[in-house]
Amino acid sequence: MSTRRIFAQPARYAAIAPYVWMVLFFLVPFGFVLKISLSQTAIAQPPYVPVFDFTEGWAAIKAAFAELSLDNFRLLVSDNLYISSYLRSLVVAVTSTLILLLIGYPIAYGMARLPQRWQAIAMMLVIVPFWTSFLIRIYAWINILQHDGLLNKILLALHLVSTPVVWLSTDTAMYIGIVYSYLPFMILPLYATLAKMDPSLLEAASDLGASPGRAFWLVTFPLSLPGVGAGALLCFIPIVGEFVIPDLLAGSGSMMIGQTLWLEFFTNKDWPVAAAAAVALLVLLVPPLLLYDRLQRRQLGGAN
Amino acid sequence: MARKVGKISPFNITALALGMAFLYLPIVILVIYSFNASRLVTVWGGWSLRWYYEFFNDRAMLDAAWMSLRVATVSATSATLLGTLAAVGLVRGERFRGRSLFSGMLYAPLVMPEVISGLSLLLLFVALNAERGFWTVTIAHTTLTMCFVTVVVQSRLASLDRSLEEAAMDLGCDPVQAFLSVTLPLIIPAIAAGWMLAFTLSLDDVVIASFTTGPGSATLPIRIYSEVRLGVKPEINAICTMVIALIAVVIVIASLASKLSSSQGESAAPL
Amino acid sequence: MTGDSPDIDTPKTDAAAAPAGPVSPVDVAVDMPLLRIEGVSKKFGTFRAVDRLSLDIGAGEFFALLGPSGCGKTTLLRMLAGFETPDEGRILLGGRDIAPVLPHERPVNMMFQNYALFPHLSVRDNIAFGLKRAGMPRATIDSRVAEMIALVKLGGMEKRKPDQLSGGQKQRVALARSLARRPKVLLLDEPLAALDKKLRESTQLELMELQRRLGMTFIIVTHDQEEAMTVANRIGVMDAGRLEQVATPRDLYEAPATRWVAEFVGDVNLFDGEVTSHEHHRLTVATRDGGAIVVAEPRQPVTKTVVTVAIRPEKVKLSRRGPASDAANSQAINRLEGVVTDVGYLGGSTVYKVKLDSGAVVRSSMANTARMDRDAYSAGQRVVAWFTPDDCVVLER
Repeated sequence: MSTRRIFAQPARYAAIAPYVWMVLFFLVPFGFVLKISLSQTAIAQPPYVPVFDFTEGWAAIKAAFAELSLDNFRLLVSDNLYISSYLRSLVVAVTSTLILLLIGYPIAYGMARLPQRWQAIAMMLVIVPFWTSFLIRIYAWINILQHDGLLNKILLALHLVSTPVVWLSTDTAMYIGIVYSYLPFMILPLYATLAKMDPSLLEAASDLGASPGRAFWLVTFPLSLPGVGAGALLCFIPIVGEFVIPDLLAGSGSMMIGQTLWLEFFTNKDWPVAAAAAVALLVLLVPPLLLYDRLQRRQLGGAN
Repeated sequence: MARKVGKISPFNITALALGMAFLYLPIVILVIYSFNASRLVTVWGGWSLRWYYEFFNDRAMLDAAWMSLRVATVSATSATLLGTLAAVGLVRGERFRGRSLFSGMLYAPLVMPEVISGLSLLLLFVALNAERGFWTVTIAHTTLTMCFVTVVVQSRLASLDRSLEEAAMDLGCDPVQAFLSVTLPLIIPAIAAGWMLAFTLSLDDVVIASFTTGPGSATLPIRIYSEVRLGVKPEINAICTMVIALIAVVIVIASLASKLSSSQGESAAPL
Repeated sequence: MTGDSPDIDTPKTDAAAAPAGPVSPVDVAVDMPLLRIEGVSKKFGTFRAVDRLSLDIGAGEFFALLGPSGCGKTTLLRMLAGFETPDEGRILLGGRDIAPVLPHERPVNMMFQNYALFPHLSVRDNIAFGLKRAGMPRATIDSRVAEMIALVKLGGMEKRKPDQLSGGQKQRVALARSLARRPKVLLLDEPLAALDKKLRESTQLELMELQRRLGMTFIIVTHDQEEAMTVANRIGVMDAGRLEQVATPRDLYEAPATRWVAEFVGDVNLFDGEVTSHEHHRLTVATRDGGAIVVAEPRQPVTKTVVTVAIRPEKVKLSRRGPASDAANSQAINRLEGVVTDVGYLGGSTVYKVKLDSGAVVRSSMANTARMDRDAYSAGQRVVAWFTPDDCVVLER
């Protein structure tokens, strides 16, 4: 089509600046991560060897290449610390995603059944917390969950407990924080699929003799599965790499992979191992990312 | 269109009410306690602005807040510029070599764990021997937030009726003029929404800023984060309340502006 | 049917007329028509949207491109506007090849199907848009806009935004905007499709009136044959990327060039058969469904023996015993006997379906000229359907 072609040329010129930017500040840095993950720790500035120095010519670069090794990755698979933090990341992400689904689905379902005018307002209400600072929202929970915080006060006043419960620095607190932070990411895709569902489908189901409960399980739920998938992946993927929430709310007993990476980098100053952990984390995220991409494509294809 | 109100069950209402309470109560409590006169965060000692005064006398916090505002403003503006250009390239550029790499690079940071983005940028800055501080954080935030801008602008641009551009060309515009005089005014609400999103994301980020900043130039979230690790302080409640207020003002202004500027009926996409 | 029209039986290839000489009586007979389309093709992938199409359109014509959806008419229009580039062939405007000229440099304007009004601009700014681009001085723009607003009767609406206008008003703004630059050719892409029937009919008349007043060349794309017949002085019927026939509305209806055109434009009864005799300007066609049908010899001699006889329903009359004798003695009458199976009362006319003894069905449309029609037929009644040889069209197969 030729109007498209007439527009395509200037549009491609427009893409040059962001393209160069992303190559420079997104792609190239990954090259560095990959390279350093294959390097050795050294007490130096920067704290790793080999350092590629392009001023020393090809021979020196070749020599530097020869020094690269997979040692850091061997460490990752042999050391219990890394394996357990990977496993913990997966467990935490799966558990949180399931809790998010259980909480998010009824809310999204309730939103989709509101009158049209109210739906827009409910949608706004779900999105606004997303705009307010993530760190602040976690901090708000620390206020509530601390030893003499509001939650314990209420529980004591209601005589549900006799002594204050320790909430902070527990997995419970971490799950509360994760669910709280990621709830909008779960609700929005669910709501999007539920809202565009034709209400006459349910009428047809009840007309054909299905009780409301059966109609939900036979019609609504199967049709909302794309939304369930999108919401679950949209939560699962970032939770795997989460750092701030477990760091502030969970105990120091076991760490998620993001925390381990942070520790290696900032405390132990072991950059190569941190880089290797980052590469491994990325590899872990590739399958769900590809799944999400396919799901999105199918959604778009279905819309056309 | 509108579903019958009678179809909403008490269960639906309860789920909604509880969900909204869960989302908003913690923030409301935080705001209320920021006006607490007592030094003990948990004991109510009457209303007071004491912790706000405290903040305005806290040199280090003020510096961090100023740094954050500067980073957020500069990075949001450059991210909006770059993100809009990227969206134009993706939507109007048709197929070109390297397009899938381009879109991949723009989508990946949306779901990439921040620790990875932060680490990789730091390694780049170290390799370049760049002095870490305002500019490195700004570049890092620009890189991350421009992807969000691209998504927001892209969806608006893709939904735009292409015959509007054809009409502009038919009436004597070359492609660039057609874009500037017709397309751009119509996607301005999305661009504004993109700027807001970039601004708040930058104002919010701890992880990437921690990696890419240097000594002596902490951003506000970094300061808040290190204070919070040590425990709850009423001053932090006051700071958080002000950040929330700032973001609320930005959202209100932007949504008013987009309502005024667009006769579209569709307002700016909130996400 | 007068039969006076010189191109009554113009074969469809005439559309690709030789450079010299008039193509049709309404064409301005000059050496070069205003717009000449020469062997133009456009492919989308392997699909040929427009297939080696040639057409001349003269200055001051109101030309309609008529065809079913997907026939390539909109693609052809978009090539004239410059939104698509032909894969082959030339488009000459005033003798100059405009195929490589970008849309914004063409002295051609288009009115879009969905109007494509700029939602962020007022009515006035929409109309002034193209004038500003042309770099006109402010005063000229103001007076031209005022003139356009008066032309399309939109006084008082200048400051409104498009979403504050009704469908009919939007249509007028779009028209004014595309006319404001005084293009040599105005292209209209289904301009009335979004309007309801009543408004569409009155707007058709206004369009014709406007075109006559401005003396501009209009090319309209439509799938609505009544609309094409009403507004255009010449119609090109398109199918599968090709022009089936180019003719005046009357010739298109009364002398369709092909079976496809006969069926696409209006309603028609068709009888396949073979020519058995040819004498005294009369052809006799032996048909399977209607027996021997006598047909007036067309001006263009029939070369093949395998033909189709086409007869429009309103030219098929019904009677209980056959035609009155005074009509019968002037010329041979074709009589087909059968039983009325269906009566469709349409107000102004009634359509009868008559099942012939051969099993074929013939449709007859009779005008309801009197309020109390004593001659109305009812289902089950045996009738004679008759028509004259002059009313038949012979189509070669």
